[in-house]
Amino acid sequence: MARTTTSAPKLPLSTRFDKFQRRAAPYLFVSPFFILFAVFGLFPIVFSMYLSFQVWNPIQGLGTMRYVGWENYVWLFDDPWFWRSITNTLWIAFASGIPQHIVAIPLAFALARGIQSFRHPLTAAYFLPYITSAVAISLVFSTIFGTQFGALNQALIYLANAPWSAWLFGGLAEHLPVNWLGRAPYIKPAIAILVWWQFFGFNVVLYAAGLATIPKDYYEAAEIDGASGRQSFFYITLPLLRPMIFFAVTLTIIGNLQLFDQPFILTGGTGGTGQAGMTVAMYLYRTGFEWLEMGTAAAISWLLFLLIGTLTVIHFYFFGRSGLETRD
Amino acid sequence: MRVRATPFKSPATDTRTGRSPLGQFVLYVVLIALALLTLFPFYWMFVLATHTQSTIFSAPPPMWFSEFLQRNYEALIGRLPFLRNIWNSFYIAVMATITTMFFASLAGFAFAMYEFRFKRVLFGTLIASLMIPPLLGIIPYYLIIQYLGWLNTPRALWVPAMASAFGIFLMRQYIASSMPRDLLDAGRIDGASEFRIYWSIAVPIIRPGLATLGMLTFIGQWNNFLGPLVVLNQRDSYTIPVALRTLQGQIQTDWGAIMTGTALAVLPLLIIFIFASRQVIEGLVAGSVKG
Repeated sequence: MARTTTSAPKLPLSTRFDKFQRRAAPYLFVSPFFILFAVFGLFPIVFSMYLSFQVWNPIQGLGTMRYVGWENYVWLFDDPWFWRSITNTLWIAFASGIPQHIVAIPLAFALARGIQSFRHPLTAAYFLPYITSAVAISLVFSTIFGTQFGALNQALIYLANAPWSAWLFGGLAEHLPVNWLGRAPYIKPAIAILVWWQFFGFNVVLYAAGLATIPKDYYEAAEIDGASGRQSFFYITLPLLRPMIFFAVTLTIIGNLQLFDQPFILTGGTGGTGQAGMTVAMYLYRTGFEWLEMGTAAAISWLLFLLIGTLTVIHFYFFGRSGLETRD
Repeated sequence: MRVRATPFKSPATDTRTGRSPLGQFVLYVVLIALALLTLFPFYWMFVLATHTQSTIFSAPPPMWFSEFLQRNYEALIGRLPFLRNIWNSFYIAVMATITTMFFASLAGFAFAMYEFRFKRVLFGTLIASLMIPPLLGIIPYYLIIQYLGWLNTPRALWVPAMASAFGIFLMRQYIASSMPRDLLDAGRIDGASEFRIYWSIAVPIIRPGLATLGMLTFIGQWNNFLGPLVVLNQRDSYTIPVALRTLQGQIQTDWGAIMTGTALAVLPLLIIFIFASRQVIEGLVAGSVKG
């Protein structure tokens, strides 16, 4: 029996196909993501690294790309607007980020331990801004921040003059009305207020999830020992919530350093008076798509990535796993 | 001997937290005040959508609805092809949602149900991709879209969003916790192909998870701003957020019209949220916490 090709035990074609489809299935099933990631995720990162060492105006075509070494980076280090965008971003990130957590943690605790009903409606209300369009919300806040007729100034004027609140807010009267979006010193606070408003509810929900993992027995035991609600908060909730705090703050750092939509809309795309509201993300956008300096824009994106990485690593070093064990 | 808390809670004093009725009342007042603070801008947006320029800019500011919604809407569609913009937003969000539901659940199924070579490396890559800031690739993303000739087309936005790492992760968790692996063998004995097992056995089981993923994807795409801002630069191709942004730059900014536009942009999200807030919240938390 001489056959030119020999294949080991000859299985029916259908069985062979069955074996093949069974082995190939998992790879086929995950392949769409990895193909898309290669094209729209990985390649752009590598290419933006390459681009950051080039000078290139896209209008003039791919052929005009010119290698310039570190020039883009050197230029940025001497660029006052770049540094201003960094300090603006950090200012807004901290001024909106820290209060988010300071409010969200006790709020989640109050929702979980302090009240019996309306937990979900209240949580949903706090959460709602997180899922709404940042552009729409920023436009609404543009009117709220209006100088003459904005709701915020109207409320502050009322509080500064009403008899019951004047003792606390009366001192503001001479500064009112505040030109929130027109004068440089007020632009960053206005952006920070909006960002705080939009994201504190997300943190409430994260902390509520963290609280749900703390066994009820701990609270019952503390109660039997006569602990007050405040003591349970400081001696049970806070220490056990630490991993979640670490995680939520990490998300805030990563998100806040990339702020774009809110400052872009509130400052009408310009960055505001004296670029007081221009974040790094906005500077990156304007460099690339308004001034068509693609190489410099790519360099900004890498510097921003390094900044995010550095702050995350610092955060991890001080508050991450090792920090959790050595503290207290 | 263990002392157990009494199972009967007296309404007057909550022994669990040792709060007095007064304390409870104060706490509710604070919590509700904060909720009103978060809801007020939404309310005000709808109010302003019914006002004209002259009443929007008056003191005290309008707090109740007026009758100019029609006029504002006409001003809006007079300045922009706004119906077209709504359609673009809707089309992109729906295409991204359907494809993501399919590809993410398929990949999630593979990661949850199979053991295969390089599984750990592949899943690690997937998780690592979640950590990359989207801004890092924004310039090359524009160049790729330009190279493909997709500028000013919906494809530019939904094709790259077809299979999100977040969605795959969410689906993997969901499938791993809701579908026993025995079902794989049961399906094979019946002669079903692996895809058939996914389609006829897994999909019906994971429907609730798929619905959550669908809503989250839709919301994310509907709200997306930077992507459309970069690759869409003709009025007819704008999505709602980009269209609204152009109104803002005009010399005579018509805030009544803008608020009508923002109300239309927010309305679908409000509807989703009213009917499925629990699912949306739980899905987002599950996806981010376990990541």
